Amino acid sequence: MDVVRTVMRRELAAYFATPLAYVFIVIFLALAGAFTFFVGGFFERGQADLESFFVFHPWLYLFLVPAVAMRLWAEERRTGTIELLLTLPASTFEIVLGKFLAAWIFTGIALALTFPFWIIVNYLGEPDNGVILASYLGSWAIAGAFIAIGACASALTKNQVIAFVLGAAICFLFLMSGVDLVLAAFKPWAPPVVVDIVASFSLLTHFNELMKGVVSAATAVYLVTLVACCLIVNTLIVELEKAA
Amino acid sequence: MQEMVRLERLTKRFGDVRAVEEVSFSVGRGEVLGFLGPNGAGKSTTMRMLTGYLLPTSGTAKVMGFDVVERAREVKKRIGYLPEGAPLYADMSPLALLRFVGGMRGLEGKELERKIARAIELTSLEEVAHRPIDTLSKGFRRRVGLAQAILHDPPVLVLDEPTDGLDPNQKHEVRKLIKAMSAEKAIIVSTHILEEVDAVCDRAVIIARGRIVADATPEELERRAPNHNAVRVTIDRERAEEAATALRTLNTVREVRRVEEVDGVATLLVLPTNGADIGATVSQLLHARGIRVERFAVERGRLDEVFRALTANAAT
Ligand SMILES: Nc1ncnc2c1ncn2[C@@H]1O[C@H](COP(=O)(O)OP(=O)(O)OP(=O)(O)O)[C@@H](O)[C@H]1O
Ligand SMILES: [Mg+2]
Repeated sequence: MDVVRTVMRRELAAYFATPLAYVFIVIFLALAGAFTFFVGGFFERGQADLESFFVFHPWLYLFLVPAVAMRLWAEERRTGTIELLLTLPASTFEIVLGKFLAAWIFTGIALALTFPFWIIVNYLGEPDNGVILASYLGSWAIAGAFIAIGACASALTKNQVIAFVLGAAICFLFLMSGVDLVLAAFKPWAPPVVVDIVASFSLLTHFNELMKGVVSAATAVYLVTLVACCLIVNTLIVELEKAA
Repeated sequence: MQEMVRLERLTKRFGDVRAVEEVSFSVGRGEVLGFLGPNGAGKSTTMRMLTGYLLPTSGTAKVMGFDVVERAREVKKRIGYLPEGAPLYADMSPLALLRFVGGMRGLEGKELERKIARAIELTSLEEVAHRPIDTLSKGFRRRVGLAQAILHDPPVLVLDEPTDGLDPNQKHEVRKLIKAMSAEKAIIVSTHILEEVDAVCDRAVIIARGRIVADATPEELERRAPNHNAVRVTIDRERAEEAATALRTLNTVREVRRVEEVDGVATLLVLPTNGADIGATVSQLLHARGIRVERFAVERGRLDEVFRALTANAAT
């Protein structure tokens, strides 16, 4: 566990070592605000809740989170530091986990910095803070799933741009798999079970549940499984490159 | 001598490329092994298998009795490794990097700080300890890489071109450091600089195209040089032909070459048969004929010639 923490601390420090982290946070806050007020019609809705704020998160994350995750492995490979890292006495999984946690915490920090929205709704009315908390957790969980996916993409290449595009594309598929457009592609030929499975992969469906304040076991299991699978795949990718 | 590292028929293929082919050798405590070979010979690949960065295609390697594949973690704990080109996290300072590496190696608190101080002192990094690594010169970066490798005072050191890019003074310092640490450790150093082999290594393994072509002490290697024990004499030009003819009659002499003629003197290169020690014989012969010798030198044989001969053969 010490190793995981050491890796995590280094990665987190690396985020803040460049202006990129601050740029990212500013962009995230600016976009979150813009969407909430202009697109979501926060004031016009006349309701004391943060739905118009959270509803855009998956779409923001689609572009921003792969950008956070893209450097995790690709950068190590490009600069050769991966050789230093992988010859230290740690298991590959510990390193994978440490990197994932660092990126996830980083998105958590960005998310936490949206607290003024919460203050505003509480000032304007009496929102259901339980629902807001569930939404925050849901939002952070989606970010975690995207980080785990983005980290896998990053492990596949030494080019951060490729890592970003690949990561965003896979995240998009996971996000959209519950949407009619995607399901329509399966319905004509696949048995209903398969269609249901594909639909249940959808992050969006689960996120909508969370936004309503419903934290179901199915959602929790789904998210934990998704992240765990990605971490394992990430570990395998790194291990396989050793055997190249 | 306690055996600390052992490679047995270690092999690595990248697709069709045979990077390392059945390499076997061992290194004992107190030994500094020079690992030589032309570019692309497979030195770095061998070191990467030893340090757990790459998995061997076949064969085994053991460090302090632990298999590098089965017991990778135990092996990594016991090795200090400087990868080729000394890759480092550019955004960190040397101090932060050493704290990170120390943390990964399970060091903490006072002990960590003590070891960091020691590594910084040994590699003379004091003045740059707080600067970001990407602002450091190549020489300093190499030394940060070295500091990181010796941080935990490991029993086995694997250094891939540790003096590459250092100025002559720094090279000297690094060699001194390697020498000073060698008593208790097994050290493997890859290099392209042959003088380094003379300066620090007890033994040299030369590989070419992934295969070992020599495993010997530097002295033994020098003995294999074509001009090992050759005698270079400078004498009166008038009598050079006479001396050459006389020297050729000796059966310990393989060949006599006239290599240089200036200002009335000529220099003869007398090559011995099978590297025999012919210094005394040559000197006596010339003396007996009353030929005055201006200069007289016995050559040791140069490692770079041996290196070239050995590695050129493997290429064909
Ligand atoms: N990841 C890789 N994929 C494919 N081929 C590789 C890989 N790494 C090394 N090689 C090949 O393996 C051979 C040995 O390379 P290696 O880096 O071990 O040589 P070296 O002795 O360290 O050379 P140098 O003196 O230039 O550092 C080379 O032909 C190289 O091209
Ligand atoms: Mg090399």
